Amino acid sequence: MDVPQIKKAAKVYDVVIVGSGAGGGMAAYQLSKAGANVALLEAGGYFDPADPKYINQLKWVYESPRRGAGTTRAFGDFDAAWGGWEIEGEPYSAAKGTEFHWFRSRMLGGRTNHWGRISLRFGPDDFKRKSLTGIGEDWPLGYEDYAPYYDKVDDLIGVFGSKEGLRDAPDGRFLPPPKPRLHELMIKKAAKGIGIPVIPSRLSILTKPIHDRGGCFYCAQCGRACQAYADFSSSSVLCIPAVKTGRVNLINNAMAREVLTDAKTGLVTGVSYVDTLTMTEQAVMGKVVVLAASTCETARLLLNSKSPRFQNGLANSSGVVGKYLNDSTGASRSAFIPSLMDRKRYNEDGVGGAHIYTPWWLDNKKLDFPRGYHIEYGGGMGMPMYGFGFGMEGRNNMVPGRDGKPKEAGGYGADLKDDFRRFYGANIGMAGRGEPVPLESNYCEIDPNTVDRYGIPTLRFNYKWSDAEIKQAKHMQDTFEEIIHAMGGIPLGKKPGPENNYGLEAPGKIIHEIGTARMGNDPKTSVLNKYSQAHDVKNLFVVDAAAFPSQGDKNVTWTILANSWRTSDYIIDQVKQKNI
Amino acid sequence: MKRRDSLKAITLSSLGFAGLNPQIAAAESIVPPDIKPVKIPGGRQKFEAERDAKLKADKFFTPHELRTVTVLGDIIIPADAKSGSASQAGVPAFIEFMMKDQPQWQTPMRGGIRWLDNVCVKRFEKKFADCTKAQQIEIVDEIAYPAKAKPNMSQGVSFFNMMRGFVATGFFTSPIGIKDLGYVGNTPNQWEGVPADVLKQYNLSYDE
Ligand SMILES: Cc1cc2nc3c(=O)[nH]c(=O)nc-3n(C[C@H](O)[C@H](O)[C@H](O)COP(=O)(O)OP(=O)(O)OC[C@H]3O[C@@H](n4cnc5c(N)ncnc54)[C@H](O)[C@@H]3O)c2cc1C
Ligand code: SF4
Repeated sequence: MDVPQIKKAAKVYDVVIVGSGAGGGMAAYQLSKAGANVALLEAGGYFDPADPKYINQLKWVYESPRRGAGTTRAFGDFDAAWGGWEIEGEPYSAAKGTEFHWFRSRMLGGRTNHWGRISLRFGPDDFKRKSLTGIGEDWPLGYEDYAPYYDKVDDLIGVFGSKEGLRDAPDGRFLPPPKPRLHELMIKKAAKGIGIPVIPSRLSILTKPIHDRGGCFYCAQCGRACQAYADFSSSSVLCIPAVKTGRVNLINNAMAREVLTDAKTGLVTGVSYVDTLTMTEQAVMGKVVVLAASTCETARLLLNSKSPRFQNGLANSSGVVGKYLNDSTGASRSAFIPSLMDRKRYNEDGVGGAHIYTPWWLDNKKLDFPRGYHIEYGGGMGMPMYGFGFGMEGRNNMVPGRDGKPKEAGGYGADLKDDFRRFYGANIGMAGRGEPVPLESNYCEIDPNTVDRYGIPTLRFNYKWSDAEIKQAKHMQDTFEEIIHAMGGIPLGKKPGPENNYGLEAPGKIIHEIGTARMGNDPKTSVLNKYSQAHDVKNLFVVDAAAFPSQGDKNVTWTILANSWRTSDYIIDQVKQKNI
Repeated sequence: MKRRDSLKAITLSSLGFAGLNPQIAAAESIVPPDIKPVKIPGGRQKFEAERDAKLKADKFFTPHELRTVTVLGDIIIPADAKSGSASQAGVPAFIEFMMKDQPQWQTPMRGGIRWLDNVCVKRFEKKFADCTKAQQIEIVDEIAYPAKAKPNMSQGVSFFNMMRGFVATGFFTSPIGIKDLGYVGNTPNQWEGVPADVLKQYNLSYDE
């Protein structure tokens, strides 16, 4: 297509990459290091965790007039994300009776500036769910294909953990893990006693400095992004070094509108975009286009890139683009641990995340739901933030007062003030993160009625959980209570039951969405081949989680990084062989 | 009028008067604080800095409401041997800000104060803040303990629960409150694990 008012740049890049998050950052890094000239389009602004302009790290809670409340930032006033569940002028919708929540960050590095840094490899079984269980889909690749890339990602980016020898939670090339905090030791002891494993977390945080980056100084604030570059953000660890090669033209505030194609050859020729600062239409041309705008946005781009040759959207002869969208399941519970009252104070900030976790430990063949989950834990004597002290009237009668006498819940005055001190650091939380069954009926599509402020048609989601996920959430809730009781704890609030799907979070809420342009060997049932190359268009690639046929009971980002590296290697190889 | 335009308008009028009355000119050349271009502090987005500046310039509480919040706040968290009171920690100003930052609280807060005043006027012929300390405590005792409160006080219980939460957050996120609570982090350090005496106290070890 050729819209006259679009300013087409004369230069033709070797590669145009859309999006600078985990997937796009890794591709920009690998391709530029290999010598390619890259244009990197990023819809959001420039961000560098080490530039004082952007730093929230080590600020005190009272430096925020709202004391850290999440009024303009969903995960709190100091969180690094620019964006959130809603972005002004960029709406999305859900079909009646369905629900999906879409978290977007508009900035260099995307959502990796403030993610949880939980960096898990998929296990061998995660690639073979269909052959193992009869439902879902197999990947066209196996663990053995990814293992060398996981190793390389571990070495380049850095991740701590421990060698456990677990079959479906494979060990990596780990930095030393931090020791558990007090409540984590208590969780570990209690869970072990009832047969639930608890092992050191696997987080991409540098407990030892590597490459030119600083070591972690244990401020617990990775969500604010680390000025020492001691945690993994695509901005600091991939994009900025890639720009330093001199071969990457980073174009910020560039909102991709469509992938451009040549009507004769059917190949992609570049990307048109809106310069969001000047609101002008631009285009950048390239020999190869790599999409990494994040799972749903990549589907949106493909579906919006319609032309007489690609009437269904680009790379969509299968009709599969947008389908099989799936997010991790999530359910949680918190508890009060009486033995943690009146704790001795010391600095237990630690790293910006739990120091322990529970990998999936059971056999689904013996359960009434087909997929597993892992458990993440929280607690400790953190910096008091907005919300501290709310709900005390449901808590301070659970244990006798200092004088040993029963107490009335609620209250005021010196006695209440003392209760806040006594209860500080005595709460824990746990959250299950599970694998859903990918379904064709869960999908995103172009909303026929709506455009965003740039005039780009928006997404409409269609997503419903199935019985498999609801039963899994029920199992999570039972497990949480078992662990809490084994610790001598008191679960807080009412146990979630069938009336609210056992606390199962709405689709999208766990922010691990994948699957809208899945890879596979059959072009009729998949969008990409096993190199994340479009079946229909050989110079078009996808390096975010849109490519993934399934989720695993792991968080997905480490696999995005491994897959993007693998795809980049393939692109380099194909260019060398003059195939693209 | 957009901020830029109003700035322009001010400068123009200043110029116009300059030759006539030096005093007016001097007064006008001091740009009122609320229309200064907002400085964006580190870590903030532009829209956030502008929003914060606007919220800080706005007022929500009437003087009477602010006085009531202050009195109630110091009943909920008074000074004691260890630290100061809610008002000494700046809690009323924090609550004022939150009312503007998250307007969903405005009705429960404003209405709650009215409810409280109404109960006090009926019983003591005075608004809550004007009651004696003993009268204030008499009412607070009836709304501070949800389980034993009388049904006709249930709205007061909800209001007091909300106030208790705001006062606690405001106090314990202030410098005074953080020191009182004993939070000692937010500073570069090395994490070496739970201190040995604490491990011993809980009968735990790292070798299990
Ligand atoms: C709070 C939070 C915690 C998380 N914790 C974890 C965790 O512990 N472990 C884990 O594995 N995962 C976690 N995740 C998920 C993780 O952040 C994502 O899986 C990962 O960032 C996805 O990478 P991506 O490259 O696909 O997309 P993103 O990181 O979202 O990057 C996409 C980029 O593309 C840009 N873009 C979008 N549309 C366009 C367009 N049209 N034109 C140009 N640019 C565009 C965006 O601005 C963005 O910068 C978490 C997410 C959140 C929000
Ligand atoms: S916990 Fe460590 S890695 Fe995370 S932000 Fe603090 S210093 Fe950086």
